[in-house]
Amino acid sequence: VIDDIGAARDAALERIAAAATVDDIVRIDQDVLGRRGTLTLLKTSLGSLGGPDERRAAGRSLNEATQAVSAALDERRRALADVARADRIMAERLDLTEFVAAPRRGHSHPITQAWERLEDVFVGLGFTVAEGPEVETDSYNFEMLNMPASHPARTEFDTMFVDHAGAPPGTTVLRTHTSPVQIRAMLANPPPLYIVAPGRVFRRDTPDATHMPVFHQIEGLVVDRDINLGHLAGTIEAFTRAYFGEGFTSRLRPSYFQFTEPSGEFDIRRPDGHWLELGGCGMVHPNVLRAGGIDPEEWSGFAFGFGIDRMAKERHAVDDLREMYTGDIRFAEQF
Amino acid sequence: MNVSLDWLREYVLIGSDVESIAATLSGLGMAVEDVAHVGGIPGVVTARVLRLERHPDAAKVIRVWVDRGDGVEHHVWCGASNFSPGDVVPLATVGTAMPDGRTIGSRGILGIASDGMLCSARELGLGSDHSGILVLPADAPLGVPYGEVTGLVDDVVLDVDVTRNRPDAWGHVGIARDLAAKLRLPFTPPRPPAPAVGAPAEATVEIVDGDRCGRFTLTIISGVTVAPSAPWMAARLAAVGQRPINNVVDVSNYVMLELNQPNHAYDLATLGGRGIRVRLAAEGEVLTTLDGVERKLTAEELLICDAFDRPIGLAGIMGGADSEISDATTTVALEFAWFEPLGIAASVTRTGLRSDASARWERGVDPYGIDTSIARFIELLRETSPGLVVHAGAVDARAESLPPQHRSTAVRRRQVNRIIGVELRRDEIAALLDPIEFTVSGGDEESFDVAIPSWRPDSTEEIDIVEEVARHYGYENVPKRVPLSPLHGHLSVGQQRRRRIREVLLGLGISEVMPSPFLSDDELARAGLDSDVLRITNPLVVGEDVLRPSLRPGLMGAVAFNESHRRTGVALFEIGRVYPPGPGELPDEREVLGVVLAGAEAPAAVAVWRELASSLGIGARIDQQRVPPGLHPTRSATLVAGREDIGAIGEIAPDVLEAFDVDERVAVLELDLASVLASEPRPARWKATSRHPSSDLDMAFVLDESVPAEKLEKAIRQGAGSLLVGLELFDVYRGAGVAAGSRSLAYRLRLQAADRTLTDADTAAVVAQVRAAAEKLGAVLRA
Repeated sequence: VIDDIGAARDAALERIAAAATVDDIVRIDQDVLGRRGTLTLLKTSLGSLGGPDERRAAGRSLNEATQAVSAALDERRRALADVARADRIMAERLDLTEFVAAPRRGHSHPITQAWERLEDVFVGLGFTVAEGPEVETDSYNFEMLNMPASHPARTEFDTMFVDHAGAPPGTTVLRTHTSPVQIRAMLANPPPLYIVAPGRVFRRDTPDATHMPVFHQIEGLVVDRDINLGHLAGTIEAFTRAYFGEGFTSRLRPSYFQFTEPSGEFDIRRPDGHWLELGGCGMVHPNVLRAGGIDPEEWSGFAFGFGIDRMAKERHAVDDLREMYTGDIRFAEQF
Repeated sequence: MNVSLDWLREYVLIGSDVESIAATLSGLGMAVEDVAHVGGIPGVVTARVLRLERHPDAAKVIRVWVDRGDGVEHHVWCGASNFSPGDVVPLATVGTAMPDGRTIGSRGILGIASDGMLCSARELGLGSDHSGILVLPADAPLGVPYGEVTGLVDDVVLDVDVTRNRPDAWGHVGIARDLAAKLRLPFTPPRPPAPAVGAPAEATVEIVDGDRCGRFTLTIISGVTVAPSAPWMAARLAAVGQRPINNVVDVSNYVMLELNQPNHAYDLATLGGRGIRVRLAAEGEVLTTLDGVERKLTAEELLICDAFDRPIGLAGIMGGADSEISDATTTVALEFAWFEPLGIAASVTRTGLRSDASARWERGVDPYGIDTSIARFIELLRETSPGLVVHAGAVDARAESLPPQHRSTAVRRRQVNRIIGVELRRDEIAALLDPIEFTVSGGDEESFDVAIPSWRPDSTEEIDIVEEVARHYGYENVPKRVPLSPLHGHLSVGQQRRRRIREVLLGLGISEVMPSPFLSDDELARAGLDSDVLRITNPLVVGEDVLRPSLRPGLMGAVAFNESHRRTGVALFEIGRVYPPGPGELPDEREVLGVVLAGAEAPAAVAVWRELASSLGIGARIDQQRVPPGLHPTRSATLVAGREDIGAIGEIAPDVLEAFDVDERVAVLELDLASVLASEPRPARWKATSRHPSSDLDMAFVLDESVPAEKLEKAIRQGAGSLLVGLELFDVYRGAGVAAGSRSLAYRLRLQAADRTLTDADTAAVVAQVRAAAEKLGAVLRA
């Protein structure tokens, strides 16, 4: 019997060594250790042996044989699986640069990108974001901004007028700046006010590389107790560093606007020393505060405004503003 | 305003560092836009004419030999002969770059070279005289830059941006005053002597419409010799871009550019009735202006007329053609006046005529600078017309619109410091204001009077004084500080949701564009939209006067543009306002989202809508019974939330595609953002995911085409009840085996219980309930 066991074991080990696939291993497993396997059958024959010593010896021998075959099966199975996996991995090789570019993401308009970045910077400085209508009354766009009907400064705005049945002719305009939002914000909320108002504005300007009849501005307004010119300069400076980055500084220089006094322009100095004229600003004129229902003796404020398109144009070195408004996908995809 | 530094130095001794001068001006609110170097043309030198010779083969030119101080005889050809041997003339040497762009070469004629060119005044940029070569003083040194001899110095001219509130800075003296104050340098404005007065000469002035003309003076000057101006004056005028003409006109311009006092010199001989009437035009009255144009006027235009009431000029804007100074003029009637600024501004707008003078009048001229200006005019004219006589009896007519000479305002020290953010004492404030002749007086340390100079008409109240103090204190000296907002910065719910819409769309591969909001009637019609729209009364482009009632025309334009550039299949969106007319104080302006998907069919738009709806927590019914105009009649719908239409969905109508010359199908979604942005729904509540196995159940129904699948889906959800955790429409079939006019809709239901493994009985119950619910819609379960 022991010889039979040895022979069965050796035969099994031989077959295992020769197995080429995992399926072969499964088959061998069945043929040797399965219900009707060679070793299994030998086990049933143990009972017919004579003495207990003989039975014990044969049993031990059979256990050893079974373990040896099992171990061999496991080892071979693992080896074959490793080979199979390695073969599959090799067969699956891909060249990741064999790539047909299919557009997947949409592209945000560069003006929107600038707009949102600006909002984020001012939100960080404690501002909220106000909005107002693009078709405005003459009153909000001019009158309440200290520009009464016949004021010559009005002619500088190249206003487009809207034929609106609900109002007398010549009193409905496409807003020429975001400043009317100042008045709306003041009338809607008691001070203190810390707002920015980004939005679309309109001027009767012939389109060229740097002008569009439709463009975007962002307006800032702060009204609080004892707000002064230094606060204006400080806010512009804080904005400059937050938006443009370290190494950029700002300056204010006197200018003239009807709705602020003292008025100023502000410039940004790039780290290379080049100055960039950015926008207009000033202390809110007492008449404008009054138009907003605010007592200029109790409160004071500053306002500033500049172009958003310009920020996008500079950031991406777009040399012609008209490109921004073509709807050309080849433009959009660049950003 | 062109500002000559040489000219400024007559009143304030500024240095030569142009950059620092420009910075100082900029710090005062006068931005320097451009810097130009003018003056003698390098290469043009003085030379003495030695001899002249005609050439037998050249009739129009002569040969000239000159000495330019180097002891060599230089030969030049010359087309003029207004000079003789011994005269000193300007010689442009070979290689000189002339103001007109020419470079002087040595190529002559008849094979004889020309060693340079003799120059006329015009060729040197010194005026219009081209009648001959400019003859210089005979004692001039030879071989030196001709500018040294003509008084023309190398000069720097700044283009200064003068703001509306600084009319005084439209004259060199005004700018010099500001500079002197800022740089703490002495200021020496012209102080002309009062002119000696000769025999009385009669002239009359009548101001008829005194609300438009506050003052009108007329001074008679006889014995005038009209001649070229002195070279120094011609040079200064030329430097700032004013073409020298003759001494009278030049002095007139000079005084305007120096003192910001526009004025007019009439030839008395041509002034009918030796007098002036200032009156409004009659409606339709005609005047031929200096530029030779015959103009029909409205009754709002102010005219200067002669004593016979014949119009001779449009007040403050442009003279008439008839009363100009000519070479024959000997007696001048000199006008200095004050016109009401708003009236001039309105006239300029109405007539479209503008001039250097009108630009000044519009902003406001000093009505009390007239006397000095008259004296200055005479002082300057006397230089080239020494025989002139100023007659007594000059008229100084005044009317009610003349502003008061002395104006002042009360100023509080606290207010100055509060607005600027400084701590200035009264004496410090006074020291800043005094040099610009705003005079502090009266009151006490805390409040006082400030007298306002008459050349600052814009300045009337306390805040104007605050601005002057700030300007001269220097904005750059005010300490910068960041105000501490007591509020927390944030985006509103609507602003956050707008950003989420963008994120979702970008994630779906849709790109943002910004087409023009202005449309033509044609674009409107092509998009199939109604022509009841809001219009611009003065559009930039004739015909593009429609304010868009929908984003679709713009987006379709973009699709067409891209398709025509071989970019098919673009997916674009815009978030922007539309402006339908409305009955209120303002039109019915609304913010809208528009999405177009070129090369895609309607379901693609539905997919986008579903993503947006799920991301924003909104819902709407797809009502295919109501198809918005311009959309595909059988593939589009109105989106209805509650009772409100919130948008449109589907495909662009075939005729619209055709009209836009677009070959692809275009799926479209339009969403009114007002309600979408208004509120954020409550955050989604977590539901525990079941740990028990789920099972899938496929059910196909035959449903009449008239019933939207959406309804069947709703019925299935209701029927399946709480065991339903997933529902998917996986097949739609029309054809054999399904009755015409209906289709088969196959759904996969995923069932799962939270607390147990499903039994066959559970599944059977769901099937029965779903079937019953579907049958109410007429849907029949397929075997």
